[in-house]
Amino acid sequence: MELKGQYSRRNFLKVSGLLAGFMAVPSSVKAFYQDVKQYLVPKKNVSRLTLSVNKKTHTLYADTRTTLLDLFREQLNLTGSKKGCDHGQCGACTIHINGERALSCLTLAAMAQGKEITTIEGLANGDDLHPMQKAFVECDGFQCGYCTPGQIMSAVACVNEGHTGSVEEIKEFMSGNLCRCGAYNGIVQSIQKVAAQ
Amino acid sequence: MRPFNFEKVKSAAEASVMKSAVSQYIAGGTNLVDLMKKNIAQPEKLIDITTALSDTIDDQNTGIKIGAMVSNSKVADHKEVITKFPLISKAILAGASPQIRNMASTAGNLLQRTRCPYFYDITTPCNKRKPNSGCSAIGGANRMSAVAGYNEQCVAVHPSDFCVALAALDATVTAQTKDLKEIKIPFTDFHKLPGNTPWLDNNLPQDAIITHVEIPANAFSRHSAYVKLRDRTSYAFALVSVAAALNLDGKRIKDARLASGGIAHKPWRWFEAEKFLQGKRATEEVFEEAARLAVKDLKPLSENGYKIPMLQGAMITALKNSMNQ
Repeated sequence: MELKGQYSRRNFLKVSGLLAGFMAVPSSVKAFYQDVKQYLVPKKNVSRLTLSVNKKTHTLYADTRTTLLDLFREQLNLTGSKKGCDHGQCGACTIHINGERALSCLTLAAMAQGKEITTIEGLANGDDLHPMQKAFVECDGFQCGYCTPGQIMSAVACVNEGHTGSVEEIKEFMSGNLCRCGAYNGIVQSIQKVAAQ
Repeated sequence: MRPFNFEKVKSAAEASVMKSAVSQYIAGGTNLVDLMKKNIAQPEKLIDITTALSDTIDDQNTGIKIGAMVSNSKVADHKEVITKFPLISKAILAGASPQIRNMASTAGNLLQRTRCPYFYDITTPCNKRKPNSGCSAIGGANRMSAVAGYNEQCVAVHPSDFCVALAALDATVTAQTKDLKEIKIPFTDFHKLPGNTPWLDNNLPQDAIITHVEIPANAFSRHSAYVKLRDRTSYAFALVSVAAALNLDGKRIKDARLASGGIAHKPWRWFEAEKFLQGKRATEEVFEEAARLAVKDLKPLSENGYKIPMLQGAMITALKNSMNQ
């Protein structure tokens, strides 16, 4: 069988032209896809953060969108702070920033740099529970326990702020922490107990 | 949440220079971060102004000057605020939770967005969220909506308690414009009614930044009260609220201030009722008449008619409470 044409100049040009074409198409498609993607899905911004959590300094990289709550739970293995509503309505994510209670779900990690952050994990002294943690155990300050880390962080701040004059005052100043089990009476008793110490 | 660039600025001037239509300032973040999570606010850049603006309260003879970055808690707990402007402290403590008050800034409180359920539900039309898309609340679930100052374009109410007290006490907002000029806006002109631009909550010029809020010295410190009625006793937005302040000469009312939250697109001043009270004796009958005057022209929507008697009662209670001090 004659192989005429197989190595001909015309054939070479045809094949190499096609190959060049194929190489060109995917890159332009890829670039087009990237352009469209950038328009539709904005590029995420990762930044380097230095945070002081529970008296330990952490340097890490995080998307600018990362909240403190997500950073604790996803990157620092601090899963004590709970994601209840993620919209600042339930208080399950309550932590202390520079000693004051705050919601970690509404705090961008990038904005917490240079501040002293304390989570529920930083409250106890080794195996020695914080007096508020002990009081919650003794007074049945919880049932399922999901809201408890937030309740305890808020309760510690409530005592520090001095809002423990009456049951009504305690309830008013603990209203940012919801408990679906309804352990409120135990929580109020825990706070009264620590306030009296 | 849409990805964004994050920049921290050191001064108000630096913030103004950086600000553009696609960027937003962030202070406490208690409202903005939530709006970003729900894709209602989608800034391309966030400008952290927490260290750019004043976080101190200056007590002067002419009044008190509150820095834009002073937290709501700090204002409420401030000694001079409690003694000279107790209404401010009472109103702040009636709002949000201790956690949120610790985070939220003074200027941010003024700039928080409405909590109208349709503003938050991106599947429904809302002129405030998406200009000219329509108002879902006017023919929908409007039990929380306005009873005054609204139009067919928007029936949302301003959610702040702090602002109700600031409106009552004739505060002034100081801001810096994009071209670095200082402007002052009387508080009662700061927030606006929906008009033809319901997507704008206030009259702050585009890209301007609030630097201070000033409250002039007054003679209302001995007789003021804030009554807030809501679905639960604490940590909920107002159905109606009333700030009442009286300047008494014996039993005679020399001057009165009445303002409300949960009523309109802006903190609502009851000028007619205030004028009526002036010069009258502070009696229950006079308070009842003032409250009747206040509510007489209100026009409730399909589901919020209950607000009228509720407001009337809240106003009488607030005036009476302001006497018991």
